[in-house]
Amino acid sequence: MKRVYSKEEVCIACGLCQVHCLVAHSESKDIIKAYKKETPRQPSRIKVQQKGSLSFPLSCRHCEEPWCVYSCLTGALQKDPESGIVTVDAEKCVGCFTCVVACPCSAIIPDFHRKKAVKCDLCPHLETPACVANCPNQALIFTDGATPGGTKVAAEGAVARR
Amino acid sequence: MKTYLPNRFIVERDPARCIQCEVCVNQCSFDVNYRDADEDEVRSREENCVGCHRCVLFCPTRALNIRRTPLDYRENANWRPEIIEDIIRQAESGGILLTGMGTDKAHPIYWDRLVLNASQVTNPSIDPLREPMELRTYLGRKPDSLTVEPGSLALKTKLAPQVAIEVPILFSALSYGAVSINVHKSLARAATEMGTLFNTGEGGLHRKLYKYGANTICQVASGRFGVHPDYLNVGRILEIKIGQGAKPGIGGHLPGEKVSAEVAATRMIPKGTDALSPAPQHDIYSIEDLAQLISALKEATNYTKPVSVKIAAVHNAAAIASGIARAGADIIALDGIRGATGAAPKIIRDNVGIPIELAIAAVDTRLRQEGIRNQVSLIAAGGIRNSGDVIKAIALGADAVYIGTAALVALGCTVCQQCHTGKCAWGICTSDLRLTKRINPDIGAQRLVNLLRGWSLEIKEMLGGMGVNALESLRGNRLHLRGVGLTDTELEILGVKMAGA
Repeated sequence: MKRVYSKEEVCIACGLCQVHCLVAHSESKDIIKAYKKETPRQPSRIKVQQKGSLSFPLSCRHCEEPWCVYSCLTGALQKDPESGIVTVDAEKCVGCFTCVVACPCSAIIPDFHRKKAVKCDLCPHLETPACVANCPNQALIFTDGATPGGTKVAAEGAVARR
Repeated sequence: MKTYLPNRFIVERDPARCIQCEVCVNQCSFDVNYRDADEDEVRSREENCVGCHRCVLFCPTRALNIRRTPLDYRENANWRPEIIEDIIRQAESGGILLTGMGTDKAHPIYWDRLVLNASQVTNPSIDPLREPMELRTYLGRKPDSLTVEPGSLALKTKLAPQVAIEVPILFSALSYGAVSINVHKSLARAATEMGTLFNTGEGGLHRKLYKYGANTICQVASGRFGVHPDYLNVGRILEIKIGQGAKPGIGGHLPGEKVSAEVAATRMIPKGTDALSPAPQHDIYSIEDLAQLISALKEATNYTKPVSVKIAAVHNAAAIASGIARAGADIIALDGIRGATGAAPKIIRDNVGIPIELAIAAVDTRLRQEGIRNQVSLIAAGGIRNSGDVIKAIALGADAVYIGTAALVALGCTVCQQCHTGKCAWGICTSDLRLTKRINPDIGAQRLVNLLRGWSLEIKEMLGGMGVNALESLRGNRLHLRGVGLTDTELEILGVKMAGA
């Protein structure tokens, strides 16, 4: 399946992926309204991890073995058997955040205001996820595993470094 | 000591647009933008702003603008603000004022006083989209005459090594250490894709980039950093650097903070030590000494590579160039006063050397008069800004040009002149690993390729307009140029007629 991969060697930790993720999941899809009018704001589903010169954005890996899905008490988290995308059904989510604890990547974000777990949904309404489309340094790629440019980009790599 | 220096820039933040996302905070490497924790608000320490525009261009809502501080001094044509502030800066530091990039002073730019010809009625112009147009250039020593085998017409003359470049534009010397590995990688890939060359500068070539050797000019400078047999043999051309347009007569100093483990290994010096390039090459005090180094380099590479000698354009450039040609160089690179640098004393950068246009004309004229113009190729450097400058340089007598600043601008440089601080917010002239990541070689190479492609298309259009279908036919053909607003002496040195004549 197509996933969002990060190339840490060119991630400049600007955080624009976070900004545009928030906008893509807002009501208005307008950056200024999303930040200034919509309260509480939507949390970003992607977070830049940084230590010294090492940085990379991290979002849901849509794992083959989705521990979040296994841990979900209400069945709100599901892995689509065809697309492989892991989604959270806000109707069913009770905000227990067991998934937040279960996720090996810390990629599920607790939305404390709405008492819901939120996570990367790969922007189903967009051709390319907002984080990838708006990365100014092409540090994010949306691909089904082939690695353009021959760069080592593996979800496992990002996890292993944590 | 309390500083008497005013702020140079104002950071204008539109509160209606600012979303407090802190991208400006994390992108500023000069510690301007910050989040005030008490007020929970992003603010700016404007005294630190250098006007590099990184925050402006990365702000997702375009909430920022940078303007000059509208602090006016009493009008004075002599004691201008810059002069006053330089004195203040020195009164507070007691040292040489350092700066980066090329001179920002208003030295005459002769490119802007030269105009090109075009065909009308009596000779047809050529449409480069319909007819072939030749930009290929061969760098290297050309023979005085050619002999061919009667009958088969095979060439009997043994040619000196020639290097073909597909566009007459090469990337100037930018040393690894001054610029990051990602900049070197961008330049190397772009040069390879466009069939031209990039220049290592004096810091050697990282082993990872040896695969681009066929498109590399390996420089040998006064510090001899990173020079060893593999390095000499991997490049396509060797260049002895005598001088640099931005700082003729001055050596180099790469501060120890920029000498990382990788830079140290490439330069063959201990990590963290200052890399000091002496002002002269201490084994070259005469043309005869230069001839020795040229032959040593040729011997070391088995006479397979042309040897270039780069000098800053100075008063006696023509006579010096004649000596260099006679010393056995195959290429002479001339770097004019507007040439740039990673760090130079400001007073040297702004006051030493001569404009490149006059140097090309003088050297080309002199070498022709002496009948040795064929013995060397001439590369012009220092302030080439667009394809118009390139074609004018070639019409004046250059074989090709070096671009340095233009290439860096393509990579993101905004010519803010802070190269010497090592804090380049665009990740170009720095070795801070958090900043060097800002140049993605995939994007960098593409931007450079696009620039060269655009310029070469424009050059073809201009050539076609002149009714010329090969760059070779324009080379040194000053009849295609006319001068506007120049004195008789300037026209005489340039070898160009006044417009209308």
